[in-house]
Amino acid sequence: MGDILTTYGIPLAIIVAQSLGLLIALLLFTAYILLADRKIWAAVQLRRGPNVVGAFGLFQSFADLLKFVFKEVVIPSGANKGVFLLAPLVTVVLALSAWAVVPLADGWVVSNINIGILYILAISSLGVYGVIMAGWASNSKYPFLSALRSAAQMVSYEVSIGFVLITVLMTAGSLNLSDIVRAQEGHYGLLNWFWLPHLPMFVIFFISALAETNRPPFDLVEAESELVAGFMVEYSSTPYMMFMLGEYVSIILMCAMTTILFLGGWLPPVNVLPFTLVPGVIWFLIKLCLVFFMFAMVKAFVPRYRYDQLMRLGWKVFLPISLFWVVLTAGVLVGFGLVPHHG
Amino acid sequence: MIVSAIAFYVFAAMAVAAGFMVIAARNPVHSVLFLILTFFNAAALFVLMGAEFIALILVIVYVGAVAVLFLFVVMMLDIDFAQLRQGFLQYLPIGGLVGLILLIELLLVAGAWVITPEAMQVAASPAPALEQAANTRALGQILYTQYAYLFQAAGLILLVAMIGAIVLTLRHRVDIKRQVISRQVGRKRHEGVELKDVKPGQGI
Repeated sequence: MGDILTTYGIPLAIIVAQSLGLLIALLLFTAYILLADRKIWAAVQLRRGPNVVGAFGLFQSFADLLKFVFKEVVIPSGANKGVFLLAPLVTVVLALSAWAVVPLADGWVVSNINIGILYILAISSLGVYGVIMAGWASNSKYPFLSALRSAAQMVSYEVSIGFVLITVLMTAGSLNLSDIVRAQEGHYGLLNWFWLPHLPMFVIFFISALAETNRPPFDLVEAESELVAGFMVEYSSTPYMMFMLGEYVSIILMCAMTTILFLGGWLPPVNVLPFTLVPGVIWFLIKLCLVFFMFAMVKAFVPRYRYDQLMRLGWKVFLPISLFWVVLTAGVLVGFGLVPHHG
Repeated sequence: MIVSAIAFYVFAAMAVAAGFMVIAARNPVHSVLFLILTFFNAAALFVLMGAEFIALILVIVYVGAVAVLFLFVVMMLDIDFAQLRQGFLQYLPIGGLVGLILLIELLLVAGAWVITPEAMQVAASPAPALEQAANTRALGQILYTQYAYLFQAAGLILLVAMIGAIVLTLRHRVDIKRQVISRQVGRKRHEGVELKDVKPGQGI
């Protein structure tokens, strides 16, 4: 009995503790990212944004949480009840589970699997199910139209995201996210990171990430002027909150992925003394917040795309460019003997 | 070891149960959702075998793309459930026959391994052992060096299928307006704007 405890019990307890720690930190961070999003949006429009609950509105997200939780869950009579309630759960669970492989600093990762990038791709390709299930189960026009739109949109942009990931992992020579960050280490600090050699891919990944997470200007899934609120029309209280939570967690995940793939993860930007003393997780969070600031600014000042333009951008612009870049990267790596070799 | 055995039985039982529900569920959308559950359990079984690359490819390709399209089509169809039930007995013999043949084939393969263990060695194992290389690397090495031509042939077949699908569904319509981005971007100000000197009280 004691044998089972030492072989399975203690590692299990450690994994559970790590997961819970990450979860709590992530949810707290999400609450403030949500506030930051609203504050940035407000600042661009010369408003104050939320400023009543707590100093500078710092507790606004928690007040919203309480409000959502204490409201009644309304389920439409024509809805398919099981799937209707499963959809927000799927969204939030998938969004949170992707974080298991994200390295916050050197060695700070719950599950350091050697195919982390594929895991992220798999989880993010499943995100579309929450939307489709919600749209279908609501048994209502607007949610259904929105579900069809979102399925097409997310599948389209997944393709170019996949190619961007392939270029990065070819350059790094690994599918492990920690190894990808380590491959960007060098004497020149931020000039060693992948954003410089893969600048077009960096831009494509950023824009595709916006489309993948249904952020403006690609929020056609919930375009108010056309679809009321898209797949979320029939949702209220806690299930609605879970959709919002899932959406923001996956937005932060995309920011984290941009940081890891192109901005050197936990590495300091300059390899001199005051910068190298700062712990890696601080650098990671600074970069993540910087990317999120770009996400928020795009939301504030780019008008919404038309649906056919969105499809054109995905299939006729991003796909050929990223495909070409894959071939080019492979050619350069092989031609100049730069193919990375790991043990 | 016992934990992985328990995990195997849990995932296997779930896969079989979900597979049964695929054909037993009354609602076709529920059927597809159960199919997705089956895929997940199959992926989990692959992970247990140490084939994590294949497991994730299964999730990405089947769950992330194929099942989405399935769900898409099933949701769009206006299916009459009563009519769907009627055909069940009619197709039962054929379905049963296919199932039986598959079962017999599986039994033959597994039975051959039990009767003559040497048969296992006939199956080529060109992949390096799991301890030597991660299975992503091993699969890549086999696929792109040993079986490069077959891999290319498979790609070609997919390309032909894709072109065929496009040819079958493409319709050129002349009566609709299309957006030509290059023409819009290439437009100059003097082509779009004309200054008119309008005399008061006369109009243009």
